[in-house]
Amino acid sequence: MSRPAVVVDGVSKRYRLYHERNQSLKATVLRRRRARYEEFWALSDVSFEIAPGRTFGLIGENGSGKSTLLKCLARILRPERGTVTVDGRLSALLELGAGFHPELSGRENVYLNGAILGLSRRDLDARFDDIVAFSGLEHFIDTPVKGYSSGMYVRLGFAVAINVEPEVLLVDEVLAVGDAEFQQRCAEKFDELRRAGRTIVIVTHAMDSIRNLCDEVALLEHGTLRALGPAATVINDYEDSVHANRRADGVGWRWGTGEAEIERVEFLDATGRAVTHVRTGDPLVVRVHLAAAEPIEQPVLGLGVHTLDGVQVTGPNLREAGLVPDRFVGRGHIDHRIPRVPLLPGTYDFSALLYDYTITRAVDARIRAFRFDVIHGDPAEEHGVVTLGGTWDLAGLADGR
Amino acid sequence: MTSLAEYRRNRELAANLVLRELRSRYKRTALGYGWSLLNPLAAVAIYGVVFSVFLKVAPPVGDPSGLDSFVLFLVCGLLPWNYFANVTNASLDVLLANANLIRKVYFPRELLVASVTGALLVTYLVELVVLVVILVSVGSMVLPWIPVLLLLVVIQTLLVLGVGLALSVCNVYFRDVKHFMALVLMALFYSVPVVYPVSLVPKERTVLGVEVPVRFLYELNPLVRMVECFRAVLYDLRFPPLGTFAYFTVSALVCFAGGLALFRRLDRRLAEEV
Repeated sequence: MSRPAVVVDGVSKRYRLYHERNQSLKATVLRRRRARYEEFWALSDVSFEIAPGRTFGLIGENGSGKSTLLKCLARILRPERGTVTVDGRLSALLELGAGFHPELSGRENVYLNGAILGLSRRDLDARFDDIVAFSGLEHFIDTPVKGYSSGMYVRLGFAVAINVEPEVLLVDEVLAVGDAEFQQRCAEKFDELRRAGRTIVIVTHAMDSIRNLCDEVALLEHGTLRALGPAATVINDYEDSVHANRRADGVGWRWGTGEAEIERVEFLDATGRAVTHVRTGDPLVVRVHLAAAEPIEQPVLGLGVHTLDGVQVTGPNLREAGLVPDRFVGRGHIDHRIPRVPLLPGTYDFSALLYDYTITRAVDARIRAFRFDVIHGDPAEEHGVVTLGGTWDLAGLADGR
Repeated sequence: MTSLAEYRRNRELAANLVLRELRSRYKRTALGYGWSLLNPLAAVAIYGVVFSVFLKVAPPVGDPSGLDSFVLFLVCGLLPWNYFANVTNASLDVLLANANLIRKVYFPRELLVASVTGALLVTYLVELVVLVVILVSVGSMVLPWIPVLLLLVVIQTLLVLGVGLALSVCNVYFRDVKHFMALVLMALFYSVPVVYPVSLVPKERTVLGVEVPVRFLYELNPLVRMVECFRAVLYDLRFPPLGTFAYFTVSALVCFAGGLALFRRLDRRLAEEV
């Protein structure tokens, strides 16, 4: 096997959390120290290798150290311990257009930014037209960039960075820039780089894009390497662990003033029997059991349905329906009747939220606390999240039989 | 292999950064690069009137050039001083001004200091060309001394780079370095023989009964030697006294090595501190 493109060997990075920071000499002399700080290890003893030509994902929650690791790879931060070795020309898309000078024209900035990213003048001369064409800013290339919109700025920055054609490309959640057409071009360019056997390291929260994009994934947690392996395996394990944690709590997220309580949510089929799954197209009743020790004025009950990726499918509530009760006290339930469940097969999380009339103050919010499965039914569709319940008509074909 | 490629790449980046400095400095000003010549001209006019007309400082006669002009005497010292002072001021700001770049992209950070120095060196060389043209037009045989002049410029560039590197990185950690240096530069200006000849500095003087070797202490300052060297070549048309030249050269090398070492030591956490 060939030499790895990236070797991360026992990397530890320490930050200082300043409690007081004396950036003036006077304060330093008076307090006899420059700063009082706590040490904080953002990364501790992380090691892995990335083979050339791989697309490698770094995932983890906020504060897990993934961006710090990326900056260590980019040599912007130097680790306290351990080494990072990168074989080949490296380009980092940490921020697009970093180093653009506002008073200089787009053309001058392309040359400057290209040089910062490691291109020689000759390379740049050869690629200049490509870069400008990619950015789509032909008309503005000789205008000072301070007149650019933020979208134009980012597009030009991306165009330069991506045309560096590095052997190793580091990307920090910048895939979502520009309009749809520009994004399409970016995706194509990434594909091109991958086919050309370039190594790509991506940091992102968007698990779906990682799953499709990456061959291998490293999962970081509190600065340590939790898992390393094929993308699908690591991401599935990660999501399972996240959901397992939540189910163990039994409540997802919950907050509110507590004046009244959402006790539980039941899913009932056509016969009134409690179920944990339903077929697409079947009727369903969502029954929300409430309890209030004190009378509560004009309570608004809302429901939410999310996919496991966190996409909200729908969110009906009593106020929109014009059915807010004047007051509620004691125990009771509210039913939400769905004549034909439009959800396609998959697992969904229900939320139930009890608000005051203004929908600003949560009395009891139980977010994504009730899990529910939908299995194949009628119509037998598979793609997407919901069925529109539409029917096909072939009468328009000449020989429509 | 890698380091050679890196060296070439860095050289090109440095050139680009210098161009950025030069291009952006006088963007959208009516006079453009004219300002870089107008500034020293104004300084010469002001100092010329104050020190030559009001205070009647008599310029020494150039030996062997025979020049006898306070304005020329002044310019021969003022231009090297300005180069030093401008690089010092620019270095104090350059890292903070490029904080965004430092936090987001890797490249050797020394290049930022090198780039402002480079840009000011270009301005400096233009000024020196103008000065040489003026000297030739008043009949001075300065042309054969140009190689020595360039050698002095190279040595001086090492000196200012060293100072610039050290100050730039210190100012990131202690922001009052910049304000402090404003005072230091003002004091230094008058402790260097720019607006007066060294001969006005007494050899020694008795302070509180103790004999102080004033001139000796005065000449410990490498900047004094620097100005003496330039003036010897440009105004007097002779090679500077060997001791002075050696002192200037050695202190420039020490400054450069020290500044670079300090910079390399402190730039480890630069991305976190700027």
